[in-house]
Amino acid sequence: MSTRVQKWILSGPPLLYLLVFFAVPVGIMVVASFRYAGEFGGLAPLFGTGDPDEVAGLTVESYQRFFDDRIYLELFAKSFVYAVLTTVACLACAYPLSLMIARSPKKSRDLLVLLVILPFWSNFLIRVYAWMIILGPQSLFTRAFNGLTGAFGLEPMPLLFSPIAVLIGLVYVHLPFMVLPLYANLEKHDPALLDAAQDLGANAWQRFWRITFPLSLPGVYAGAALVFIPALGIFAIPDLLGGTDSMLIGNLVKQQFLDARDWPFGSVLSIVLTAAAILFAGLAAWFGRPKRA
Amino acid sequence: MNGRRKPWLLWAASALVYAFLYVPLVIVVVYSFNDSKLNAEWVGFTWHWYDVLFHDEQMLTAAWNSLLIALTSSAVATVLGTMAGYAMYRYKLRLLPVLVLTPIAIPEILLGVSLLIFFVLLEVTLGMLSIVLSHIAFSVGFVAIVVRSRLSGMDESLTEAARDLGATQWQALRLITLPLIMPGIVAGALMAFTLSIDDFVITFFTAGVDSTTLPLQIYSMIKIAVTPEVNAVSTLLMLVTLVMIVIASRLSPGGLRGH
Amino acid sequence: MALLEIRNVTRRFGDFLAVDDVSLSIGTGEFFTLLGPSGCGKTTLLRMIAGFDAPDGGEIVLDGQSMTDVPPEARNIHTVFQSYALFPHMTVADNIAFPLRMAKCPAADITPRVKEALDDVSLAGMEKRFPHELSGGQRQRVAVARALISRPKLLLLDEPLAALDAKLKERMQLELITLQKEVGITFVYVTHDQEEALALSHRIAVMNKGRVEQLDDPPTIYSFPKNRFVADFIGECNLLDGTVASQAGDAMTLDVPGLGSVRIVGSPGGSPGAAGTLALRPEKVSIGRELPADCANRFHGRVFDYLYTGDVTLYIVEVEGGQRVEVMLPNSAVGRSSKFFEPGDGVQVGWRDDAGHFLPD
Repeated sequence: MSTRVQKWILSGPPLLYLLVFFAVPVGIMVVASFRYAGEFGGLAPLFGTGDPDEVAGLTVESYQRFFDDRIYLELFAKSFVYAVLTTVACLACAYPLSLMIARSPKKSRDLLVLLVILPFWSNFLIRVYAWMIILGPQSLFTRAFNGLTGAFGLEPMPLLFSPIAVLIGLVYVHLPFMVLPLYANLEKHDPALLDAAQDLGANAWQRFWRITFPLSLPGVYAGAALVFIPALGIFAIPDLLGGTDSMLIGNLVKQQFLDARDWPFGSVLSIVLTAAAILFAGLAAWFGRPKRA
Repeated sequence: MNGRRKPWLLWAASALVYAFLYVPLVIVVVYSFNDSKLNAEWVGFTWHWYDVLFHDEQMLTAAWNSLLIALTSSAVATVLGTMAGYAMYRYKLRLLPVLVLTPIAIPEILLGVSLLIFFVLLEVTLGMLSIVLSHIAFSVGFVAIVVRSRLSGMDESLTEAARDLGATQWQALRLITLPLIMPGIVAGALMAFTLSIDDFVITFFTAGVDSTTLPLQIYSMIKIAVTPEVNAVSTLLMLVTLVMIVIASRLSPGGLRGH
Repeated sequence: MALLEIRNVTRRFGDFLAVDDVSLSIGTGEFFTLLGPSGCGKTTLLRMIAGFDAPDGGEIVLDGQSMTDVPPEARNIHTVFQSYALFPHMTVADNIAFPLRMAKCPAADITPRVKEALDDVSLAGMEKRFPHELSGGQRQRVAVARALISRPKLLLLDEPLAALDAKLKERMQLELITLQKEVGITFVYVTHDQEEALALSHRIAVMNKGRVEQLDDPPTIYSFPKNRFVADFIGECNLLDGTVASQAGDAMTLDVPGLGSVRIVGSPGGSPGAAGTLALRPEKVSIGRELPADCANRFHGRVFDYLYTGDVTLYIVEVEGGQRVEVMLPNSAVGRSSKFFEPGDGVQVGWRDDAGHFLPD
């Protein structure tokens, strides 16, 4: 058997499958974003919409709608802010943890990492549900929290169905995505570098900011991309933990496909969302690229 | 050795993060045994919610569906993913790596809605079939990555040694490469299974009205109200996951590392 | 007064005694070497001097000041690490400037001093390079320049040449000797390579199992090892165990089983009946069908095997009694052919009575 034939036998089936069930659907969606919405939802029939501007049944109407209406751009900006806050909060939680694991004795590191991944293997909805319990109006935590804020003269406030709840949920669900790349990076640091810095006069603070942190940046960027991308498109967490004002771009996409049944506009939203996510991931990859060949 | 005082702060911060990770799950488990409709205060121990769970026809059907979908999709994804991983390792390919990696790199919701449009336009009835096909599409990449990384950790000279000692290419693959990357394949299969049984977003868009999976069922229950029956099913799911992890670590020590 | 005093320093790791009651006194401007096999405690001792590790007992005193409560960053001691530990995300200039920045040196002073330091190690023009763009020897020089720029009182070097190939190693040895003379800073050098230690040092402390076995200058260490360990560790050495048969003045006779009677002069004697070892360097043994007249000790035997190493050949000769003796013969004497003798050839081996060194047990 020639190498060429072997190559096709091996790569053919997965290639074909992913073409049909990934590339083609995405392609169709791109086309759909340039189509008209059907009268009863979905897509309009290919021809005869009666629009004089129509070219082969295609239109940029849905894109215009997105960029003309401030509501959508604002919603997008809001999702962006949530995703950034989630990323920053994940970084703040993940950094001490990853550093602690990386500096633990070798034999206990695997266990400590496993303990981070373990909750991540329980169902996503269970993890969100756990916070519905904790932040629920009658829960111990909420009562304690409001008792505490009450002592400072603040009005009791509901925790569940609030932006805070959405943020907590987002951080909780995405935290391992930040810990893993960060740990993988920190674990590889040569301890002799810190010895050298100390030997040459750097105190603990200087050692962290001049050696550990700059060297960990590739891990930070990788983690940021892994948290930011899913956080930007999420809809279940605002759905379950957020209030009426906590709608994010993901919720709007879901609405367009399931409730409003405006597929072209939903497709536009998904494409813009993905483009933003890929742009961000690209930037993170660029900043986090290995500088040492 | 150095900086003997500083790690305490690091340990304290890490302990807090671990608590943040585990306390919510512990609460879910504890309240599944609580003799109260509200997940608010401990009233007393009961098996009641498990009893309710095992008599909930819808929930049992959903669990059965989830299992069927996960088994089928992970089996197919493992075969396709192993082929893709091996092909990516062995040959210089351009299109396949892109097709394997992008479904992982893009927001799930994009894959969900594009598959929805695709199935509706092709007039495929949304249901078990569309769910399985979709799950395979996003699992293949994960299996391929795990298998590929296992292969690149393999000593290339082993297959060369086998060929040198008279094995044909096919024999070298069957007798040397496959057994050596088996832990990677098993890990990939388990990953595909877990991803499928846990998937919510893509299933949400491709499930249609008649078929439901465990995550969809849980979603619709907690969307309406918090009920300890969900705690019970969550506890059981966590238990199953834990058992699977233990089995996996026995089957392929080290195979679970590096995801 | 000595610059560095190590007073009864002990360090334990669990049951393992890494450094066992070591006392050393190192003077200003000295090139001092800690030599020993891996695990002998030399690196542990170095880390305690640097401050990365603390003694369980004893004290380290620099310039009259106890270092016990002084953290590494506050000690006026810098280290050249075995891996060099150059900061990979900083340029050569930033690496070298690091100690100055830590010491809050004014920015205007830093650039000229870095330039000067680079000139000193002949790396001018390399400021903007990153460590991964340098060769092994260049990295080593950057590490040395970085450790020396703020003029520490003491420079510690932890096997700094171990990663270099043989040729480069030799050149760097010469550079280190020159540099140390120029800057006049005390060097404490750790190595397991005895040739390196002999070539570089003013004084060597040979360490084994956490203790100092011998502290002397290189010629004394090589020619007059104090005990079996030092004799065996430094260079090649025949170690012939025997019993003292007779002793008169500074001459003695040693009975070596499998060999016979050996006459030794100039060694600290042992009284008759005492057990001891004759340490005999292979290059001090003659081999041939005829031997030079000054060989007081002569034995007949056969060539058992040989090891050709280019400049010299090491012959292993089995004498008639069964004892094996190693003999080193420079190949300069051979002419075109590579060796004098073949295995099985009958030969004589012999040495002067002052060639060996007696080590009482």
